[in-house]
Amino acid sequence: MNQQHLVRMANNIGDFFEAMPDRQEALDGIAGHIKRYWEPRMRKEMLAYINAGGEGLSDIVREAIGGGRIA
Amino acid sequence: MFKLTETDYGTPAQTSDAQVTLNIDGNDVTVPSGTSLMRAAADAGIMVPKLCATDSLEPFGSCRLCLVEIEGRKGYPSSCTTPAESGMRVLTQTPKLQQIRKGVMELYISDHPLDCLTCAANGDCELQDMAGVTGLREVRYGFDGANHLQDAKDESNPYFTFDPSKCIVCNRCVRACEETQGTFALTISGRGFESRVSAGQEQSFMESECVSCGACVQACPTATLQDKTVIMLGQPEHSVVTTCAYCGVGCAFKAEMKGNEVVRMTPWKDGKANEGHSCVKGRFAWGYATHKDRITTPMIRAKITDPWREVSWDEAINHAASEFRRIQASHGRDSIGGITSSRCTNEETYLVQKLVRAAFGTNNVDTCARVCHSPTGYGLKTTLGESAGTQTFKSVEHADVIVVMGANPTDGHPVFASRMKKRLREGARLIVIDPRKIDIVDSPHVKANFHLQLRPGTNVALVNALAHVIVTEGLANEKFVAERCEEKAFNDWKAFVCRPENSPEAMSAVTGVPADILRGAARLYATGGNAAIYYGLGVTEHSQGSTAVMGIANLAMLTGNIGREGVGVNPLRGQNNVQGSCDMGSFPHELPGYRHVSDGVTRSQFEQAWGVSISPEPGLRIPNMFDAALAGSFKGLYCEGEDIVQSDPNTQHVAEALMAMECIVVQDLFLNETAKYAHVFLPGSSFLEKDGTFTNAERRISPVRKVMPPKAGKADWEVTAALSNALGYPMNYKHPSEIMDEIAMLTPTFNGVSYAKLNKLGSIQWPCNDESPEGTPTMHVDEFVRGKGKFVITKYVPSDEKVTRKFPLLLTTGRILSQYNVGAQTRRTDNVMWHTEDRLEVHPHDAEDRGINDGDWVGIQSRAGETVLRATLTERVQPGVVYTTFHFPESGANVITTDNSDWATNCPEYKVTAVQVMPVAQPSEWQREYQRFNQVQEDLLNRREPVVAAQAEK
Ligand code: SF4
Ligand code: SF4
Ligand code: SF4
Ligand code: FES
Repeated sequence: MNQQHLVRMANNIGDFFEAMPDRQEALDGIAGHIKRYWEPRMRKEMLAYINAGGEGLSDIVREAIGGGRIA
Repeated sequence: MFKLTETDYGTPAQTSDAQVTLNIDGNDVTVPSGTSLMRAAADAGIMVPKLCATDSLEPFGSCRLCLVEIEGRKGYPSSCTTPAESGMRVLTQTPKLQQIRKGVMELYISDHPLDCLTCAANGDCELQDMAGVTGLREVRYGFDGANHLQDAKDESNPYFTFDPSKCIVCNRCVRACEETQGTFALTISGRGFESRVSAGQEQSFMESECVSCGACVQACPTATLQDKTVIMLGQPEHSVVTTCAYCGVGCAFKAEMKGNEVVRMTPWKDGKANEGHSCVKGRFAWGYATHKDRITTPMIRAKITDPWREVSWDEAINHAASEFRRIQASHGRDSIGGITSSRCTNEETYLVQKLVRAAFGTNNVDTCARVCHSPTGYGLKTTLGESAGTQTFKSVEHADVIVVMGANPTDGHPVFASRMKKRLREGARLIVIDPRKIDIVDSPHVKANFHLQLRPGTNVALVNALAHVIVTEGLANEKFVAERCEEKAFNDWKAFVCRPENSPEAMSAVTGVPADILRGAARLYATGGNAAIYYGLGVTEHSQGSTAVMGIANLAMLTGNIGREGVGVNPLRGQNNVQGSCDMGSFPHELPGYRHVSDGVTRSQFEQAWGVSISPEPGLRIPNMFDAALAGSFKGLYCEGEDIVQSDPNTQHVAEALMAMECIVVQDLFLNETAKYAHVFLPGSSFLEKDGTFTNAERRISPVRKVMPPKAGKADWEVTAALSNALGYPMNYKHPSEIMDEIAMLTPTFNGVSYAKLNKLGSIQWPCNDESPEGTPTMHVDEFVRGKGKFVITKYVPSDEKVTRKFPLLLTTGRILSQYNVGAQTRRTDNVMWHTEDRLEVHPHDAEDRGINDGDWVGIQSRAGETVLRATLTERVQPGVVYTTFHFPESGANVITTDNSDWATNCPEYKVTAVQVMPVAQPSEWQREYQRFNQVQEDLLNRREPVVAAQAEK
């Protein structure tokens, strides 16, 4: 999969949920959205990308999807 | 099956609750107050002679043929203009009336050619009928006096002829153009004997403002305005009611037939989406169905550089099946998938997603709604609880304030636009939110009260500013919000929109809309009475498409404009079956009825019914399929009715992805752009060749009926079933009605739908189930489908597509009335006379800066690619914005669009691309390469090995 596309998509999702006043709700929203709408190979690749440093991902996205929450 | 000629009651039906009873020719009749005597008589089975009246138009009272006598009243009032009153005693036939009518007819006929036997309207002419009815036996005046028999015909319109020698100046055409269509293209010029119908300022129809909707042709009682197909073929002998296969309005038509040949398509009076009206596409542009470019024999080839080889259906299908299985064996189950189109019927779409899930064993199925209205599905489901519009089209008759946002209804949804314009002429007020000055902003007898001409890509900023004004100025409907919406979500949202950065003053720097205009529009929306929002792809096709849809739903909830007639949130769906293709589960994450694949209960129902296990994980969406193809993990595709190469963004990326795949199966009418990359071609059937249903933008399920056998021998649903059987998953439907029965069984919102009920009711708006057995016109009446409505915070996030020194202009894209989507159908009709090429609209200032003149070739360059189009200089677009359509493949509009997409749904951001525009002397490199590739593919098609030879070899 195109990593640049995945990074941009994840950041766009992060931008939307970041506006939630409750940080936990935002984090759950990001992880939940990716889990519900991303095909497994996209999620797998994103996880590998994060593990490799996750360059270019916004902070909230890193926090939301780290720790296997979208596996 | 259906009546060829329907009863014409002479004047429109009245809806008053008050009833009046009168006596006509000795019969007591009770009718709603306001009904004309003519219509009351018709209700009693008495047809009063008439010429200038017809029940689609307000009465005019000019021909004097419909006179009656009323007891106790002097004179002979015309029954079309006289309302029925209680206790009236009316006579429709007396010796005196007979005499007057004969005299009237005599005058008409004295200026009318007597060539009835060879006239195209013979058998369908009201003048002829009236001559018969009135007992006209002689014409004393002869043809020696002045007459119009030598007037020249106007043949300029490709679909109908205007023969003024046959005109009786009844004014029906003029009124149809005004009342039904709302274009005001026709007038009666001159007075008395000199009076003649004229298009525009004595122009030909083609030169005038006429949009060729056909309403005047439909209304004309004589052969004056006549379909050219009727002139050529003669009168039809039977008719079948069906549904237009073009836009999301879903107009009902009568296909008027001679055997298996269509003579004419006339809008069906009882069709609830269109109430007897039509546009140039549905009414006239159906000739593509029999176009010589149709491919009617299956074809295969090993590589896309090989010539095609015609084969039998069995060979093609077995080949496709074995290729899919081979790919799965070496690359895994999820290495293949399917794509459906909104041009497919519900039954076809359902079947393809079933094939992908049950026979392929994957959730890799998507539909072209991905690239248009997927944000509508997401946004409305999240806020209101159902992925669909909330109203009927008729509801617009009760709207006081109409908001049109990112939609261009006079081009994209013409028949709905006519209904909307009618309401606007009655006094409803109009707010247009669009970067371009679209027609409805300023058209005859319709002017927008506010035009918020925002910068492309700033919808969310604008919607937030509207909400800010409504909340901070205390204009919200607090009672509605308190009763119907989630309290915490509302309070969070309220705190968000009240922030100063969301004020119109702050946001005007982003949107370009002056704060006072925005405030005015917000006040009007919140306080002007019933307010309805109609929106289109200008809202959804953005990186924040889903956010904007939620913003719109927030506004409707905030003002209580939801849950009754005249209000609501109304997505205008682009294609005929966008709603249906989404409803049918043609999504990688959803089963039919918008239920997520991870929902175990739903999944197990389908698993039980289909006898397979279904993956709980979402599959690939269309753009993900392309990325996976380029990454090497997606190798096979079954694509039915959709032209992804032309319609998806970043054409070069799409083409590369397809070239990286091993087996592409295209099922279509024509060798479309995608088929040029295909290995198997399965001939599709047009909407005239199959049974099924389409669901329009108002959730209305309407029947599509077969009027001729499929040209290639199989209807599309039969092809999918055959492919499934070849894959070893049996599908044994005998008729599409059985597919609908299965859909109904498995989908709660469709539980009550069946072909028998559709035949009985004509059409049904879902949800249709035990609670609402005849369907649901208005949604969310007492509570939202999700229970309480949910306000969602919609922060404005600027698009990544930013203007820079290198790309200083914003390109936005749209549609035109005469052409449809990728144009595969309409380009193969005379509709090209209105639009022969896609042009780039440029503001004169931007043109001057660049030395561009009207008609010049200009290169349009973006970060994704470059193409060349001719420029049209116009102030419709604002400085800094350019605009084009994408109806012709060689235009390459999508070569320039990027693969940015909506954050929630991956719906592409077609509406915002940063570009530079410069005069050029030759086509772009992409266009030259396209021409070359296209030529090669045409040759490979033309050199195809015919099926007979192929079979003889075996
Ligand atoms: S075809 Fe339609 S737009 Fe044209 S003159 Fe007739 S009614 Fe008017
Ligand atoms: S063109 Fe037809 S509808 Fe129009 S005034 Fe003449 S006869 Fe009547
Ligand atoms: S408005 Fe749409 S559905 Fe109606 S005739 Fe035109 S294209 Fe067909
Ligand atoms: S039909 Fe009533 S005046 Fe013409």
